[in-house]
Amino acid sequence: MNPVLPLFIAVPLGTAFLILILAKLWRRIGSPLAFLATLCLVIFAISLIGRQPGIYRMGNWAPPWGIVLVSDGLSTLLLLTISIIAFLAIIFSVRYMDRYTSKPKFFALFMLMVGGMNGVVLTGDFFNLFVFLEIASLASYALVAFGCEHEELEASFKYLILSGVASTFLLLGIAITYSLTGSLNMADVARTVGQMTSNSAVLFATALFIMGFGLKAALVPFHPWLPDAHPAAPAPISAMLSGVLIKALGVYTLMRLIFNVFGLSPFISSVLMVLGGLSMVVGGLLAIGQDDLKRLLAYSSISQIGYVVAGIALGTPLGILGGLFHLINHATFKSLLFLSSGAIEYGTETRKLSRMGGLSRNMPVSTTSAAVGFLSISGIPPLNGFWSKLIIVIALIQAKQYILATVAVLVSFLTILYFMRVQRNLFFGDVPAGLSKTKEVPYLMRVSLVVLALMCLAMGLFYPYLSGAILDPARDALLEGTAYIQKVFGI
Amino acid sequence: MIVYLLTTFLFVLGLYCLVAKKNIIKKVVGVITMEYAVNLFLILVGYKQGGIAPILSKGMSKTEFVAHAVDPLPQALVLTSIVIGLGTTALMVALCIRLYERYGTFDMTEIRRLRG
Amino acid sequence: MNQRSTEGMTLIVKSIGRLVINFIILFGVYIILYGHITPGGGFPGGVIVATAFILIMLAYGRETALRKFGDMTASLLDNFGAISFLIIALLGFVGGYFFINFISLGTPFDLFSAGTMPLSNIAIGLKVAASLYAVFVALAIFGKIIVHRPPAEEEGTTEGQSQ
Repeated sequence: MNPVLPLFIAVPLGTAFLILILAKLWRRIGSPLAFLATLCLVIFAISLIGRQPGIYRMGNWAPPWGIVLVSDGLSTLLLLTISIIAFLAIIFSVRYMDRYTSKPKFFALFMLMVGGMNGVVLTGDFFNLFVFLEIASLASYALVAFGCEHEELEASFKYLILSGVASTFLLLGIAITYSLTGSLNMADVARTVGQMTSNSAVLFATALFIMGFGLKAALVPFHPWLPDAHPAAPAPISAMLSGVLIKALGVYTLMRLIFNVFGLSPFISSVLMVLGGLSMVVGGLLAIGQDDLKRLLAYSSISQIGYVVAGIALGTPLGILGGLFHLINHATFKSLLFLSSGAIEYGTETRKLSRMGGLSRNMPVSTTSAAVGFLSISGIPPLNGFWSKLIIVIALIQAKQYILATVAVLVSFLTILYFMRVQRNLFFGDVPAGLSKTKEVPYLMRVSLVVLALMCLAMGLFYPYLSGAILDPARDALLEGTAYIQKVFGI
Repeated sequence: MIVYLLTTFLFVLGLYCLVAKKNIIKKVVGVITMEYAVNLFLILVGYKQGGIAPILSKGMSKTEFVAHAVDPLPQALVLTSIVIGLGTTALMVALCIRLYERYGTFDMTEIRRLRG
Repeated sequence: MNQRSTEGMTLIVKSIGRLVINFIILFGVYIILYGHITPGGGFPGGVIVATAFILIMLAYGRETALRKFGDMTASLLDNFGAISFLIIALLGFVGGYFFINFISLGTPFDLFSAGTMPLSNIAIGLKVAASLYAVFVALAIFGKIIVHRPPAEEEGTTEGQSQ
């Protein structure tokens, strides 16, 4: 029984409401409190590395009557990612959000989103998962519309309606699961489903879950909200949305349910691989002609999530390792790219690539860290993107999925293509007339960019330490499948 | 069996309203109808023929109560789900008002600045 | 509350409202407090209390309602209710576990029984009432909506993207 687990949920929620009360007295208290809270979360998450898997019973009610919080290797991996990216985004947003109104509300909504995501990752109960999913989603709808300009409101409305429909489908899937098994605890459902003969109702519930969580993860064909919502949000929120939210709410929940609760059958595996392959291709092709920098990054997110889902859905140990490594790599370099695009927008007041050129003279730190991000995502050794894409392609070839492996390699070339075009606009060429007076961004924003760029380099160079400490436990947690039940009931 | 079919009909009606109407307020009504259809389905999952309400009053014996009462767990879940629906509805209506303030219309076909 | 002003609704609504609002609040508080014995609890009771204040706003107009219960008060009570719920959950660590019921349970069917449940109900009722009223105030505070149309799209540049 690890008593730090409920603090992952209580600390962000408490901070959110505390910021809103204290902001009536002193308006600038939002950023120090949020900084302290995310620092606490990073320390708690680091303390979970290397521990045995544990559970925590809420209120000392034993499962399956009570709600349990389960922490195993996969949850630890996601918690570390969420805490570190949230900490760096808060440091970035202290100066970036000066251009928007109502900073206390921004930090309160941000902490609510982080608390919701922590709850999704930790919980072992279906309906608790749904409640925390809705908390994180509602906070993100409000954060996407934070600037209240025309495009932000339209993007947030589209995101809200589509995601609301997905939540409705999820609730329907949970209702069908409850009517089949009589319990809401994930381990209990796994035990009951394992003893049932193959039932078409279980397949229907799985299809509903794939649709609901697939929309949160922006798999094709559930992706249309993402290219509008991620560019319209303020830059730290784009980094959080594209870096952790689609992974914690979409990819993690899909993998947890399909591997640990329902069991991976070859049919589900092939469905998910087809969806992953489609996402890779569609995201890559649609990113080529984009003029808006953040919209191009959003389409490339769709493409990279296709890699992650295709890798994990293989089911082989190497495939799952590659998928999980690409998940944390994508969190790092995509948030680096979105934060640096925010820095560029802060300096030059525009997001259109056709109006930028030769920025590296005036803004050296932002463009250099953006370059590190571009090289990582294109898969240039020795940065981290190269290793994870290599592992996924090798795993696909070993599992005899030659078509998908060829698609993966070709999309990787597409990625290099569109990112080289962005780098040409950012670095080379003459500075356009209106942009000759741009200055470097403030110090706090530069700190986040440099730390993320160093992390990209370190994760590529020190891969063996990373793998042994966090990636292997996560892969074992997914591979052992329905032995998840022992973790909850055995203790 | 027939009540589950009627619930599915209500769900599909909400989905039709969301897809086919152009006014964004009508789309919001469609989403609300879909959420309430799923809530209704969830309560009906716990129904038992000839059951009594799951409220233990003084003087009722516990074994007879457990044998006859309908399932109280879906009712607790639906209570939470209605609260979530309330939050989503409030946010949707607030966005509609802000959209009207910016675009001057409630018609979805004119709110199309983001394309490609 | 002025009955002869032109804001709000007609005289009949205002008179009946004046009689009925106190009973609505009393009924809502009853449902919150007896939440562990009879059906109901924090959320339905909170909605009923919020309905009473919304009735004031509908019947008497926005200015009167904001004078009785302003939006700053609503926001403060809302957050205070949420923090007190979280404190009750964290105080469970006194009994050893998060969210455990650490006060003595008492005899069933009494008003003062069931440990922390009535306290949680009161916290949730306060939060829901204040936040539902705050949502209504936020939607109604616009008054007349002034439309700022978007700037016209530029021609000639690559505004639309190719697929």
